[in-house]
Amino acid sequence: MTGSDLVMYEEEFRKIDSELQKLHQQSNAKVVFLVDKNGQLIASTGETHDLDTTSLASLTAGNIAATGGIARLLGEKEFTILFHEGEKDNIHISLIGQRVILVVIFDGRSSLGLVRLRVKKASETLTKIFEEITRKVEKDKGEGKLDESLFAEISDEDIDNLFR
Amino acid sequence: MSFINYSSREINCKIVYYGPGLCGKTTNLQYIYRRTNPEQKGKLISLATETERTLFFDFLPLALGDIKGFKIRFHLYTVPGQVFYAASRKLILKGVDGVVFVADSQIERMESNLESFDDLKINLAEQGYELEKLPFTIQYNKRDLPNIVPVLDMDRFLNLGGKPWFEGVAVTGRGVFETLKAVAKQVLFELKKNY
Repeated sequence: MTGSDLVMYEEEFRKIDSELQKLHQQSNAKVVFLVDKNGQLIASTGETHDLDTTSLASLTAGNIAATGGIARLLGEKEFTILFHEGEKDNIHISLIGQRVILVVIFDGRSSLGLVRLRVKKASETLTKIFEEITRKVEKDKGEGKLDESLFAEISDEDIDNLFR
Repeated sequence: MSFINYSSREINCKIVYYGPGLCGKTTNLQYIYRRTNPEQKGKLISLATETERTLFFDFLPLALGDIKGFKIRFHLYTVPGQVFYAASRKLILKGVDGVVFVADSQIERMESNLESFDDLKINLAEQGYELEKLPFTIQYNKRDLPNIVPVLDMDRFLNLGGKPWFEGVAVTGRGVFETLKAVAKQVLFELKKNY
């Protein structure tokens, strides 16, 4: 693989989760979630119970990818913010550190201005957390820690068993 | 690019079904969707035109089970096969962990197969991948039709690296799970190698 696999640890996950909760409260949003650029959901908070977050994550990433394609055709590096307005709900999508996508769903109880302001603040914190994760992964890879914890023990049989 | 989440104890991987227009990529996903237990799958999302041609992608999240306490999840994507959707195809290959190439076995589609195969190699190269080094499986689809190319001939043209291949009839499900299993296995072994 390309060496850019995303790894999430307990400690950083908790930091991310609390940052999302803070953003959720401060921006008066319905739902806040974080997606990796390839469409995998990293964390979510808010009224997620009747939402298909897996599909949302994949479609959001597709949306960002398509918009990125448009940007490059126009000679832009990337459009970092997308905003879709609906009758009741609105969705604010922003790119963080070229790596992850922050999605905020909100209704009339909040406003675009408030969401933008809070997202900007949260982005700075989240960027730092993801930099930490990258450093940690490099370090663990170097020390061979990831080996012992999981992959070294996976056998042909384990993988076969998945398909029974 | 897989996503290994030590916090929720999950491993997520991305598999892309590639191939010329109307070769059966979406049909593969539809069969997998129909034949998987409800608790193992999410929604099958299809971004398609009114005539049911894939416009951007199909998406199917699958939970395969556990290995050493980690949930193994695969996200299956198809690309739009039609030539003029080249830009979209490139986007979907981003962060791919494994590729399934679905080839159309009909004689008159051989040229489209080759064209799509070259397109795949070029698009992967643009993202810094080499097809030869990537988990890869070929499915020779539509083996139930009368006017088809012998499988060994197809293999000679399309399968240069000697990767696993299967004969398929995606509408009836023949070869569908075998193909998925072969690529998924390679993806997991690749992960093992890298960590």
